[in-house]
Amino acid sequence: MMRTILQGRLLPPPPINLRHSSLLSSPSHSHSNLKFTSKSSPSTPTLTMASIKVHGVPMSTATMRVLAALYEKELDFELIPVDMRAGAHKQEPFLSLNPFGQIPALQDGDLTLFESRAITEYIADEYSEKGEKLLCPGCNKVKALTKVWLQVEGQQFDPIASKIAFERIFKGMFGMTTDPAAVQELEGKLVRVLDIYEARLSKSEFLACDCFTLADLHHLPVIHYLMGTDSKTLFESRPKVSEWIKKITARPAWAKVLELHKQ
Amino acid sequence: MASIKVFGHATTTSTRRVLLTLHEKNLDYELVNVELKDGEHKKEPFLSRNPFGQVPAFEDGDLKLFESRAITQYIAHRYEDQGTNLLPADSKNIAHYATMSIGMEVEAHQFDPAASKLAWEQLFKHIYGLTTDQAVVAEEEAKLAKVLDVYEARLKEFKYLAGETFTLTDLHHIPVIQYLLGTPTKKLFTERPRVNEWVAEITKRPASQKILQ
Repeated sequence: MMRTILQGRLLPPPPINLRHSSLLSSPSHSHSNLKFTSKSSPSTPTLTMASIKVHGVPMSTATMRVLAALYEKELDFELIPVDMRAGAHKQEPFLSLNPFGQIPALQDGDLTLFESRAITEYIADEYSEKGEKLLCPGCNKVKALTKVWLQVEGQQFDPIASKIAFERIFKGMFGMTTDPAAVQELEGKLVRVLDIYEARLSKSEFLACDCFTLADLHHLPVIHYLMGTDSKTLFESRPKVSEWIKKITARPAWAKVLELHKQ
Repeated sequence: MASIKVFGHATTTSTRRVLLTLHEKNLDYELVNVELKDGEHKKEPFLSRNPFGQVPAFEDGDLKLFESRAITQYIAHRYEDQGTNLLPADSKNIAHYATMSIGMEVEAHQFDPAASKLAWEQLFKHIYGLTTDQAVVAEEEAKLAKVLDVYEARLKEFKYLAGETFTLTDLHHIPVIQYLLGTPTKKLFTERPRVNEWVAEITKRPASQKILQ
C-alpha cells in the first residue's frame, strides 16, 4: 500500500532539523508534562521548545498530510528527518514510535501517534480552538458526513491515486520504469472516482460540507504530485474538481508545506 | 418502524461490520437486501445511496451515509449511551480517542487489505467458480503475519487493541477474521498466543454470534 511513498532507500535525507516558530499559544494537554504559561498574549508569543515533533520527510505524502494540518493550525513543531535511505524507519528507535515501520510518527509531549489520518484527526480535535477548524462544526449529522468523506479519501481515492504517483514519479527515482498499462488501468479507475467527486462538488463547496476540512486536506499531497504529471488532465477536465483543487492548493498552509521541498 | 435501515448483504464483511455495531448497541434496524449477484449495487436506486456502488449504505431518519467504518463511528457516537460502549472508556480524552483512531487506521490500511484478499482467494472465489491462487495466498499471508506480530506485542500490553476495553478498533476486524478462521490462514492467528486469545474473545461475543445467523 503506497501510503508512505518513500519506503525505498534512495533519496538522501534532507539535512534539516527545522523549528517552525509560529505564534505559540498554550494548548492544555492532559497528558503533557511540559510546562507552558497558561495564557500567552498574542503580542508576546512565548517561545518554548516545540512539544510537537514529527518524524518523517517532507517528500513523503503521508508526512505532508500531517505537516499541512500543523500549518493550518499554526502550531509550532519540529520536523525530525528519518534516514529512509539507511532504512531507519524499519529499525529501532523508530519502530518504538511506529511498530509498522512507516513514516510519519508524531510526538506531542508524552503522547506518540502514527497513521497520518489518525494524527491529523488528533491535531484537529486537540487544537480545535486554534487556527483553521478542520472538522465541520455542528451536530452529529454533519460530523458523520465528514467521516464518510474521510473514508472515501482513504478507501477509494488514495489506493488508486498513490499507485499512479508511484508509477509516474517515484519508480523513476528508484531506477524502475513506469508501466504504461498499469497507469492506464489505474487511471480508468480514478476517473470513475473523479466523476463522483465532480457530482459531489456540484452540490457542496468542499467534499464533506461547505467548509474546508480534513476530508479535503488529506488529498493534497497525492494530488500535488499527480498535477505535475500527464494525469493532471483527469482533474483539469472536470470543472468542479478543478475549481476545488485550485482552492485547496492555494491555501497558505499548503504553500508552507511545499516550501520544505525547496530546502 | 425502525428509523435505522441498512442497505446491504448480510454475508459481506462490510455489511456485517455495521450489523455488528447495531447488535452491540441493541438497536432496532431493518436490513434491506441488495442483490449483489444481480448487480443491484451498481445501479439506481442504490447508486443514489452510495455513488461508489458498494454495500452497505445506511439511513437513520433523514441522515444517509455510506462507507462501513464511517457508519460504525456514527452509530458509536450517536448512541454512545446505549448498549456496549464502543468508544474508549473516557471518550472525551482526546489522547485515548487518538489511540483508538490509530487502531482503526491500522485495521483499514494494514490488516484489511491482506485479510480481505485472503478471504477472497480462499473462499469467495469458489462462489464464482474461480480457483485459489496459492502464490497470492502465500504473499498475503506473509504480509498479514507481519501485522499480527505487531498485534501480538500490542496485546501483551493491553487486553484489546486500543486499551483495556473492547472498542470499534477490535470490532472492525471481526467479520473478516470470522471468515479466515474457516481457512488455512487460521494458523496465523492460533500460533500467536495473545492474538489467539483476542480472536476467541471478540468472536464469542453475543453480537458476533448473531451476525453469523
